[in-house]
Amino acid sequence: MTELWADPSLGEIALRTLLVSGVATAAAMAVGVPLGYALGRRPFRGQTFLFAAINTGMGIPPVLVGLVVWLLLVRSGPFGAFELVYTKTAMVLAQFFIALPVIIGFSAASIEALSPRLPDLLAMLGAGPVMRLWLIAREARFGLLAAVMAAFGGVVSEVGAAMAVGGNLQGSTRVLTTAIVTETGRGHADQALALGMVLLVLAFGLNLGLTLVQQRRRRA
Amino acid sequence: MCTTPPRWASSLIILTLTLADREAPARDKPPTSIILATTTSTQDSGLLDVLVPRFTKQTGIEVKVIAVGSGAALQMGAKGDADVVLSHAPAAEQRLVDSGALVGGRLVMHNDFVLVGPPEDPAGVKGLTDLGAVMKALATKGGLASRGDDSGTNKKELELWKKAGVDLATVARRVETGQGMGATLNVASEKRLYTLTDRATYLAQRKQLELAIVSEGAPSLLNIYHVYLVSPAKFPKVKAEPAQRFVDFLVADETQRLIGEFGQAEYGQPLFTPDAKKPAPSEAR
Repeated sequence: MTELWADPSLGEIALRTLLVSGVATAAAMAVGVPLGYALGRRPFRGQTFLFAAINTGMGIPPVLVGLVVWLLLVRSGPFGAFELVYTKTAMVLAQFFIALPVIIGFSAASIEALSPRLPDLLAMLGAGPVMRLWLIAREARFGLLAAVMAAFGGVVSEVGAAMAVGGNLQGSTRVLTTAIVTETGRGHADQALALGMVLLVLAFGLNLGLTLVQQRRRRA
Repeated sequence: MCTTPPRWASSLIILTLTLADREAPARDKPPTSIILATTTSTQDSGLLDVLVPRFTKQTGIEVKVIAVGSGAALQMGAKGDADVVLSHAPAAEQRLVDSGALVGGRLVMHNDFVLVGPPEDPAGVKGLTDLGAVMKALATKGGLASRGDDSGTNKKELELWKKAGVDLATVARRVETGQGMGATLNVASEKRLYTLTDRATYLAQRKQLELAIVSEGAPSLLNIYHVYLVSPAKFPKVKAEPAQRFVDFLVADETQRLIGEFGQAEYGQPLFTPDAKKPAPSEAR
């Protein structure tokens, strides 16, 4: 196991894991929070149906999302000409779609919990649309940060989609979860376990940071 | 009330962009890259980790190694989703050569399959020289863990049953794992089953397995690897020139020598026998 810690590729894999899942989660936030806002702001026809659809989306197995994205991106697929399959971009794309329903669902629920008159109130006080969204997001931050943690935790720990669309390429698209699969397949259970520890430590560090932000103003 | 996004948000964005920048120019946009669809055994044994970096260093061409079962690797070739296919399922390969999807096949190397099982050999197959008799014994007394994943090893297992005249439905205990060789060896070891494995993967994992070789050396247990170019005529997106260079690299003298030495240091015996000097791929059919 000592060789593993001296291996420079470990740091690289850990950094890449954070990068891919971080960008995917951030992109899903950028798209998902406004959609969650639209969904949870006030009751409308079809809202229940949409909520049910989003909740189903949260439970879709990542490997299925990976399969669909892979079929779209391979050469014989409709977007084959872009040559995106087996790149980090493809992994971000797949993880984006895995994270999106989680973000929409969590943010819709936390915005639903706010007063439905809040947007109008803020408009009356002279806040523009971007400022309104920001202020509302601030009010709903407890739920939104929970959304980030749930979405990031989901994509950083999934293996099926990362394997299918990333291809587990050494030095390019291998992330912690797919490295664990590789080492297990090679019979190196100890190295696989060590990689799992790294993943746990990373996830804990990130969640600790976010939880501190989440709880800060609450205690003050 | 705070009315602007706090500082940590902008720091986070800057950090993300910095991280993205660090990696992107060096890795995701190399001058040329080709996709090699291959079997898990070439990757799990570590052979490609030795060969591919050499090729990239010599030519500047990046190789995306997609290690899947031979069935899936050939499927990628059949649809033009890869540039090069390195596989060990000769009969299935021939069908794709006939359909025009794969061209320019070259024999690269071979190793062999071995039957492994619990060391106390409950089916009593050790010492049986006829492979057909071995399979018949396994059908009634042993129990076998099958890959069940349409891989080259899986195809070979089905071929062995067929050659022995055993109807799969009559096999008393046959478990399909649907997983790679490493995982299937673990299942066989834990559940005290026999399994068919390539020698390289077995040697690489032997330490943690309670499995011994019970049958080896029969001619039909040869495990033969061929490399093919995915037809550029049929699939215009195939990068014919760099792909052909990889095919040529695999059969070049220096590479063949490396293949012949691979595994000697770690396992005390080579894992593959280089074969490129032999005539065109036909003996395996």
